[in-house]
Amino acid sequence: MSAGRTARRIHRLDPAALAGVMTRDVVLFRRYWKATTFSSIVQPTIYLLAFGLGFGSLVHSVGHVRYVPYVATGVVATAVLFSSAFPGMFNTFIRWQFQRTYDALLAAPVDVEELVTAEILWISLRAGVYGLAPLLVGIPFGLHPAPGMLLVPLIGFVTGFGFAAFGVLIAAVAKTIDNFNYVTSAVLTPMFLVAGTFFPISQLPHGLRTIAQFNPLYHCVALVRDVSLSHFVAGDLLHTGVLIVFAVIMWRLAVWRLQARLID
Amino acid sequence: MSAEQLAIALQGVSKRYGEIVAVDGLDLSVSPGICFGLLGPNGAGKSTTMRMLTAQTLADTGTIEVLGFRLPGESKQARMAMGVVPQLDNLDVELTCRQILGVFAQLYRVPRSERKEAVDRALAIANLEGRADTIVRELSGGMRRRLLVARGLIHRPQLLLLDEPTVGLDPQVRQELWSLIDGLRTEGVTVLMSTHYIEEAERLADTVAVMSGGRIIAQGTPTELVHAHAGREVIEVYGPPAELSELEARAAANGWRHRRSGPAVAVLGAESLNGEAPEGVRRPANLEDAFVALTGQEIE
Repeated sequence: MSAGRTARRIHRLDPAALAGVMTRDVVLFRRYWKATTFSSIVQPTIYLLAFGLGFGSLVHSVGHVRYVPYVATGVVATAVLFSSAFPGMFNTFIRWQFQRTYDALLAAPVDVEELVTAEILWISLRAGVYGLAPLLVGIPFGLHPAPGMLLVPLIGFVTGFGFAAFGVLIAAVAKTIDNFNYVTSAVLTPMFLVAGTFFPISQLPHGLRTIAQFNPLYHCVALVRDVSLSHFVAGDLLHTGVLIVFAVIMWRLAVWRLQARLID
Repeated sequence: MSAEQLAIALQGVSKRYGEIVAVDGLDLSVSPGICFGLLGPNGAGKSTTMRMLTAQTLADTGTIEVLGFRLPGESKQARMAMGVVPQLDNLDVELTCRQILGVFAQLYRVPRSERKEAVDRALAIANLEGRADTIVRELSGGMRRRLLVARGLIHRPQLLLLDEPTVGLDPQVRQELWSLIDGLRTEGVTVLMSTHYIEEAERLADTVAVMSGGRIIAQGTPTELVHAHAGREVIEVYGPPAELSELEARAAANGWRHRRSGPAVAVLGAESLNGEAPEGVRRPANLEDAFVALTGQEIE
């Protein structure tokens, strides 16, 4: 009962608030980790079977890289995208609109910036770890483990942070949950195809190639492939920079739009 | 009493949504240690007022202070020292009672070493010790409401906001919650409760403010409100509609305060009518009479 005026100073992005919100996510995760892990293993397996072995019988290599390692490393970005953008969209919308969880959290000493940041942090940490799954699956298909792969969770985290924030932003501006279909079909699907995942974007017409440069996923794919199959080169600084800028912009936009919807 | 000493102080607070004025120049002062009832019909602005106290709704005009903290700038400090029980159940249905209380203990910055004790204490308050590890989805409506209250009390707040605490609950569960709320006041927790149940306000509140059209139209102890707005006695006259209409006309002509009360007409302040009083059943005036006289609205 001794709070009142003497309450401790409260910081912006208070670690205690972030930890509180993330604890909730961790507790929930303990209930559904099996399903998440199952799909994160099965999905890249299917991609490798379909593209790696299917296409791989026609296409033996892209540049100097054999096709199976090419796809296994490319699919990391796909895994990160799906495990960040979708939770960003659906979890946010469901918890906010249907379960009113966010109303409960914001009545506690947590503000929207902390809430959004904690949710995005959690999603992107998870996405970073699960980003390793395609590489693990790729090993029995002939992918050689390399020390650079240890950087993949970090790349997945930064990419996932941007896409989780993008998902939150979409949830904040969507009128109904059905609106997500527009984003999934018109934004996410082309994004994941035109990212150099299954075929190099250098094959594309000039216009599309330019557009692909603005696709954060393309930069994630390039970075993962470099650290996993060769090594970090100067050009990777640009890829890293793009991913960081994308993450920061999406984060600020997500906080701004959700703030406007949650606090009236 | 100065604003420093008040648990809640609102001055000239307004909030509009487009054309609708939800709260209209509201002044509200809640002294510490009491149970304050905000009584009003649906749409009176009670829930908007409650949301403004946690800065989840921002006022257009006016000043709001909670526990000495100025909102919205210091709202987090204020929220640190108060608990909130919302009208709509927003429990995490996939978590157990213990998990929910644990998460909120952390959110309210209960030190790690004290969290387990805080959770156990909250479970005891809600009388849910036997259900600690049950998933919320499997709890009854009454248990969920008790858990909501316990969640709001996890950090021993100085102030508890209760928004329509017993709406939609059956009478027995309502009684349980009333004892729980009454117990809090005994412990010195300030309670601000919004309700549209007259009986709830009458039983629990030390001070009742009647809210209508986004502002407070009368305030006092339940007894003061009854005496001021409905007198001490009421005569209820039953009869066929034609007779009742005739009586209403007569009451209006004589300037008697009166209201339709279901199949009867109730004449308020009957103790001062002397010989002219109509024939009927005399009973003590109650808060419902005062409420209807004040708001012009029948209650549910």
